[in-house]
Amino acid sequence: MTTTAEPVRVAVPPSGGLLDRVLKMRELAILAVLVLMLAATQIDNSAFLSQQGIKDLLLNATILVLVAVGEAMVVITRNVDLSVGSVLGITAFAAGDFLQGGGNPLLAVVLAVALGAAFGALNGLLVSIGQVPALVVTLGTLYIIRGVDSIWVGSREITASVLPSGFVDFGHNGLSALPYLAVLAAVVLVAVAYFLRNYRSGREFYALGSSPEAAGLAGVPVRKRILAAYIACGALAGLAGALYLARFGNVDSGTGSGYELTVVSAVVVGGVAFTGGSGSVYGVALGALLLTSINSVLPSIGVSSVWVQAIDGILLLLAIAVDRVLALRVTGVLRKRAAETRSARHG
Amino acid sequence: MTHPAPDQVPVLALEGVSKSFGAVRALRGVSLQLFAGEAHALAGENGAGKSTLIKALAGVHRPDEGTVLLDGEPVVFHGPADARDAGVAVIYQEPTLFPDLSVAENIFMGRQPRRSLGRVDHRSVRAAAAELFRRLGVDLDPDQPARGLSIADQQLVEIAKALSFDARVLIMDEPTAALTGSEVARLFGVVRSLREEGAAVLFISHRLEEVFALCQRVTTLRDGAWIASEPVEGLGEDDLIRRMVGRDLDELYPKLPAEVGAVALSVRRLTREGVFTDVSFEVRSGEIVGLAGLVGAGRSEVARAVFGVDRWDGGEVQVGGKPLKPGAPSLAMAAGLALVPEDRRAQGLVMGMSIERNINLTGLRATSRAGVMNRGGERSRAVDWAVRLQVKYARLADLVGTLSGGNQQKVVLAKWLATSPSVLIVDEPTRGIDVGTKAEVHRLLSQLAGEGVAVLMISSDLPEILGMADRVLVMHEGRIAAEIPRAEATEQSVMAAATGVTGRAA
Repeated sequence: MTTTAEPVRVAVPPSGGLLDRVLKMRELAILAVLVLMLAATQIDNSAFLSQQGIKDLLLNATILVLVAVGEAMVVITRNVDLSVGSVLGITAFAAGDFLQGGGNPLLAVVLAVALGAAFGALNGLLVSIGQVPALVVTLGTLYIIRGVDSIWVGSREITASVLPSGFVDFGHNGLSALPYLAVLAAVVLVAVAYFLRNYRSGREFYALGSSPEAAGLAGVPVRKRILAAYIACGALAGLAGALYLARFGNVDSGTGSGYELTVVSAVVVGGVAFTGGSGSVYGVALGALLLTSINSVLPSIGVSSVWVQAIDGILLLLAIAVDRVLALRVTGVLRKRAAETRSARHG
Repeated sequence: MTHPAPDQVPVLALEGVSKSFGAVRALRGVSLQLFAGEAHALAGENGAGKSTLIKALAGVHRPDEGTVLLDGEPVVFHGPADARDAGVAVIYQEPTLFPDLSVAENIFMGRQPRRSLGRVDHRSVRAAAAELFRRLGVDLDPDQPARGLSIADQQLVEIAKALSFDARVLIMDEPTAALTGSEVARLFGVVRSLREEGAAVLFISHRLEEVFALCQRVTTLRDGAWIASEPVEGLGEDDLIRRMVGRDLDELYPKLPAEVGAVALSVRRLTREGVFTDVSFEVRSGEIVGLAGLVGAGRSEVARAVFGVDRWDGGEVQVGGKPLKPGAPSLAMAAGLALVPEDRRAQGLVMGMSIERNINLTGLRATSRAGVMNRGGERSRAVDWAVRLQVKYARLADLVGTLSGGNQQKVVLAKWLATSPSVLIVDEPTRGIDVGTKAEVHRLLSQLAGEGVAVLMISSDLPEILGMADRVLVMHEGRIAAEIPRAEATEQSVMAAATGVTGRAA
């Protein structure tokens, strides 16, 4: 089978093997594009990477990073969650409504996370027990949650003025150029990456994405793990909802609408294969950073922001093309190496 | 020979187990006892219920009736993990690995050694895998991803997995189907030493000589029912075949002499870098040419290139005297070429489609007018070929995946024979097929050759090559190492060329 050049990004713990190098190359490639882009913009416009500029870049990426990291967990198990945008919207409003009524900010965040997790559990149960394709299930819940959100919110709106000032400050301030929100996202990112790499259940996410059938036979509790991935994804979308509220202070019934597409783009650009079983959340975070940075870069070099979406699309196609080329090359190398070992064995 | 004492308690046993899937009764009151230190063969044709029995032992299926006994005590396995924890290791026919993960992770998934805070100890995982490979005497890199491993190597990873939890019961479903000589010998060495260490082994193979070489006792199933359990000693191949098929079998290799005509397929200096080099041969109409060699020698790859699935870097292929465009299977088909691939599940069939649709995949043009399918024409084409090849099916609209392996293979053959090819390439045509169907496939190939079809048969089954081929080509490390006429082809001469002991003989 020499022509099946599936993506060969491999979820191996570090070893310095050929495929590991490719994996690292993938993350390095995104990083390189990102750095190059920022550097070029900085040369063009020296005010771009000011303290406030860097802070804005990080702030903009924070929410996408959180949701994309959650989405990555689901995609690694060979599923997808399209309802994250709706979940973000409804949890943001729930947190806002709670704070508007004089609630504790910390409790509001917990509430948003719990609500998100509950929606995640709903998705997870439908996908794992109902055995219905994730794409269809979460497309359904996307609309259902958005519908519930619209009925509940109506024409109401949360604005920064009704929120506790501490909460809003938390959403804007930070340690010099490092926003608190970004720190929070980074902590989540590192924790998820560490979990996926160093815990049995984390490795099982990769296993069941790589081959669901083999996972069942190896005694991996497939349904439980899928459910867990969805709950985690929902919870992170909920957390992102609360942080969205803190950052923008403005939530209505349309909040987060269409966001799932950006999230999925970040995941794919970040190198998580849609066929499951490979990729890393660090790559996904870089992918999210790249996508959001484009939004800031274009205006500051004088390109109209109408180009943003087209460029996002090109990036997506580029990422997939690079994967494809890499896959073909790796297959070629593996082929040659197999031939070499063979002659070494028998020669 | 080790015969268990009559009072010995079987490690794992089935008692009166029945299992149905819908209307199909896959197992009917089957009993089986596996004793420590004994290799037990499970014989039966495809569809006799062997796979269902294994899955009952492995915790994949729960029996409708009857009990599973572990050390004489009834147990219920709620899933594969339960069976594994009880020390039951199963190596399935199709290796079940995670292609994206490293070999080491594949072995220890769900059971990785842990360090503090429940974290996986990656270093121990790797070291333990390396140690297992050392014990097995194979040089596999624990960090290598499972993707791209040969089937033989995947099989070894599965065995390493079984070794890793000191399995008390090792169940192997046709582990040798994809292996050749030395690999089988190595596997048997490993299995024997496991057995001597006290493991119970349940072994399934369609190669009866392997049953006799490895096992002490044999249980035969036919149509889901238990037929016999008896010592292998004193049993002949004929006896076993009679129990399996319920009748005496006609000749297994019904090769008829055929009139050899003009050159139908000519391959000249074909090269695909790193895969095969300078491959030249001819197949004449009416001829069956065997292509032998070790797994990985490049046989299937040559077939794939000839048919246009893979590209080639140099050389030429001619069908009926006309050169073939590289990398274009549809043109190859139009030129009269047909390829029955080695992996019928992944390459030969669309498992989620009906028998009829599968057969008609090669005839979409023939059964349509102006792009609109003619349902009646499709149906009659499928019925025609299904009947001619004696495919056993309930309805043509049934999913092809519901058929037994032998019948699936017949569907693949039907699919390609329906194109009336002048050159038929069959890759492992009888792998994993029971003896009865095997004889049928051989008779069919012989008959096709008699009708003037040029047949190129790739096979790892040496008796099959020797029994069926007019001429044997042997590949070694991507090159044709020898061409041996039927009269001179023996196990020794073919294996010598396949392992590179002799030089170019032809």
